[in-house]
Amino acid sequence: MAQAKSQFGYRRHPDQDRPVQHPAEHPVVVVGAGPVGLSLAIDLAQRGQRVVLLDDADRIGEGSRAICFSKRSLEYWDRLGVGDRMVAKGVVWSVGRIFHGDSQLYQFNLLPEDGHKRPAFINLQQYYAEAYLVDRIRDLPEVDLRWRNKVTALEQRNDGATLTIETPEGAYRLHAQYVIACDGARSSLRQMVGAEFAGQVFEDQFLIADVKMTAEFPTERWFWFDPPFHAGRSALLHRQPDDVWRIDLQLNRYADPALEKKPENVRPRIARMLGHDKFEFEWISLYKFQCRRMDRFIHGRVIFAGDSAHQVSPFGARGANSGLEDAENLSWKLDRVLRGTSPASLLESYHAERSMAADENIRESTRSTDFMAPNSHQEARLRKAVLSLAKETEFGKRMVNGGRLSVPCSYDSPLSSSDADVWRGGPHPGCSMLDAPIAEQAYLTDAFRNGGTDFTLLSFSNGAAIAAPDGVRDIRIGGANGLADPAGLVAKRYDAEPGTAYLLRPDGYVAARFRHSTREAIAAALSRAQGLTQGLN
Amino acid sequence: MSLSTSSNFARPDDAFRAIVEAHRGLTEEQSADFDSALVLILANHIGDIDVLREAITLAKRRMIDGQQQQQQQQ
Repeated sequence: MAQAKSQFGYRRHPDQDRPVQHPAEHPVVVVGAGPVGLSLAIDLAQRGQRVVLLDDADRIGEGSRAICFSKRSLEYWDRLGVGDRMVAKGVVWSVGRIFHGDSQLYQFNLLPEDGHKRPAFINLQQYYAEAYLVDRIRDLPEVDLRWRNKVTALEQRNDGATLTIETPEGAYRLHAQYVIACDGARSSLRQMVGAEFAGQVFEDQFLIADVKMTAEFPTERWFWFDPPFHAGRSALLHRQPDDVWRIDLQLNRYADPALEKKPENVRPRIARMLGHDKFEFEWISLYKFQCRRMDRFIHGRVIFAGDSAHQVSPFGARGANSGLEDAENLSWKLDRVLRGTSPASLLESYHAERSMAADENIRESTRSTDFMAPNSHQEARLRKAVLSLAKETEFGKRMVNGGRLSVPCSYDSPLSSSDADVWRGGPHPGCSMLDAPIAEQAYLTDAFRNGGTDFTLLSFSNGAAIAAPDGVRDIRIGGANGLADPAGLVAKRYDAEPGTAYLLRPDGYVAARFRHSTREAIAAALSRAQGLTQGLN
Repeated sequence: MSLSTSSNFARPDDAFRAIVEAHRGLTEEQSADFDSALVLILANHIGDIDVLREAITLAKRRMIDGQQQQQQQQ
């Protein structure tokens, strides 16, 4: 059964020897060394910020937990220097199949086109992801990772927050200009700021089992409605590295969790599904899902990211992936605010954009969960109609909801400058940048990362390109010194003509775009995207 | 486009009859199943979420009016 994959030692820090009334001062304290806290700490460190990262445990969590990491998350991890390692270990997939009974209803491909550096998804046990992020932190002296440091009290001040931290050697205090709470769905910091966490609880229970076996299933996401081996309910199968398979079985709302979790009771269920019992359990867990969010992601100097701020059901891989999107959204803004190059009000756009994303994720995952576990006879009847229509109609197939998988949210954002020109395609302001090849084995996302993930002007040469404003990096496509567009896909995906320019934010989102850019228009869009425009809030 | 509530069939009785006849011989349960499928097929054919929402509002209003009438009679 499950075991700790990595153990880390508690080490005393000189901050613990400070007098109680004069705690050490730090710009940023991140609470929680899960995928979100670790990624945020790395991102901030790469931007030159010193970060204290606290975790109440001394090891990486048990069980595979989050296993599906999206293209967007991989692109983010590329920027953090861990993408290659994640993909090398992970199981790459893009095809999903939906079954009803014993026959296939349809299959889908989440990335049906070529010319992207990263696949639609990889499956990777969360403990590997966390271990690789911890390894990356060893290269970053800016990050001070303190295990077995448990925050027990919080005191807000005008210029920051003071934390009381319990360690094996007693308590100490720390002062931080900003505290970022990445401490998960049961966030203790959320309780300390007195925030509610309201939403919908789903009564149906789901059994999650990771089993180790050699099997011939393809590397795809398989989802069943009413399968012969688990009548009347749903089932989900995912492949993970190391011959580990994730099996997710819907149970009824009256199932006794303690009883259902016992390996001797889980074994026959899994054996019925697989048709044999030649497998070992890695991890068993029983869940009831909740979809809920905090009303405000910012409470004074405490900012919430990941599961502490919002929680979804797992159908759609929207938990960890949306937490990572929180991290990439927050990191560059916090960096600018700490440097004083943007006003503190820029952080408000983190709440605006990411709470919008949370609403979208909650809506999508609620719809999936409702489809799997209908709330009334009529809901069940409508679902039955959809499943039967799906056998012979395309529209029926598209209505079958076995999980809508995570894609980056497009923001209706105060930081975006709306289109003034006519566009037939391409990512509009508020959308995430699209990848495309710029050479054999090289991609636009590589060029963006190599440019330092600051504000970037992506321009398409017309022989007289406008130079990017000070502090804005240049990526030029075409022309004498520009990057190549060998397959024409950069121009195609960005609906570009000679003279077209996109202003990209440090998180790779489009801030503005122009058919024929002028210095003034770029400067105005930049100022807006940096939160410098008067009257923004 | 908005929901059309003018009469669109040249022979409205034929349309009504076609639906009525489709339910003949079905149990309550089967009728409900049939209606659910028919609603989804027609909704997809309309293919316009605003029109669908208007139709839902109109159908719901009939139902609420009906309930109020019942309550008044009681």
